[in-house]
Amino acid sequence: MSNNKKILEAFSEALQVEADIIHDALMYQSIPEWDSISHMVLITELEDVFDISIDIDDVIDMSSFAKAKEIISKHKITFD
Amino acid sequence: MLNGKSTCITGATRGIGLECANLFAENGSNLILLARNLESLNEIKKDLESKYSISVIVRSCDVKDETRIVEVFKELRKNKTPIDCLINNAGIMIDSTLQMTVRKNFDDVYLTNVYGSVLCAQQASKFMIRKRSGSIVNLSSIIGTNGNLGQTIYGSSKAAIIGFTKSLSKELAALNIRVNALAPGFIDTEMTRGMDEKFFKKNFDSIGMRRLGTPTDVAKVALFLASDLSEYVTGQIIGVDGGMII
Repeated sequence: MSNNKKILEAFSEALQVEADIIHDALMYQSIPEWDSISHMVLITELEDVFDISIDIDDVIDMSSFAKAKEIISKHKITFD
Repeated sequence: MLNGKSTCITGATRGIGLECANLFAENGSNLILLARNLESLNEIKKDLESKYSISVIVRSCDVKDETRIVEVFKELRKNKTPIDCLINNAGIMIDSTLQMTVRKNFDDVYLTNVYGSVLCAQQASKFMIRKRSGSIVNLSSIIGTNGNLGQTIYGSSKAAIIGFTKSLSKELAALNIRVNALAPGFIDTEMTRGMDEKFFKKNFDSIGMRRLGTPTDVAKVALFLASDLSEYVTGQIIGVDGGMII
């Protein structure tokens, strides 16, 4: 599975939303499903899917779907 | 009571932490034991694994050291070690009136009792979020609920644990993770044995049940909070004090 598909599925699973509403501009707290509680779930989901550990600073910085890809890219994971 | 579960206990080589390790092992929980003294931890591991059919992971960890805490929990995650329960027990007590308290003492007390508990909960709760299940048991104190002369720093550190417990319980309730605290009274541990005679007697005389508490008295309530017997209990501060009045 491509990394793009993996991150989409991780977001969809963690936020319990359909994948088609997830795009680069999707912002933290811009939809009711992406609140502070589901953000915690999202972080653990991303850690599991990409087998990485996300530092607290990056947890705080993860303000959008695009930013999430940028943060995960720091772990030598590439997105198309 | 905890068969197949995995419990992480901080400050596990002595007193209440050690008794929790024993009681939880007896009740079938695998253990992750953290403390500063690795030699003592290894002896405890050997003892528990010889007595019970459980696995015990031990790691040296001073809860004042954030880097080390992160390192230990990262390693646990890498090895896919589950954590179903955290007993945030590591703590120190330094007594003095406020005017006689040097900065180093309140740094040590706060770093250990407050920051250590918060950081361990921050790390361990991630394991629980994955499973949408878990229990965190923080160690507060009757000094945190009631205050006491000569214990402003210790008492306020334990009061901070109460606020932390209540807020975190609200944060994690929707994820089926329970957070509670114990507020032990006068418990027979190395910590209380170090008190001067007059102070000891004054405290002892205020215990309604006319006996010191034991680490087992506290560990039993920790076991209840860790187990499914308390599956609808969160955000509570439970006194284990034999009716002590301060």
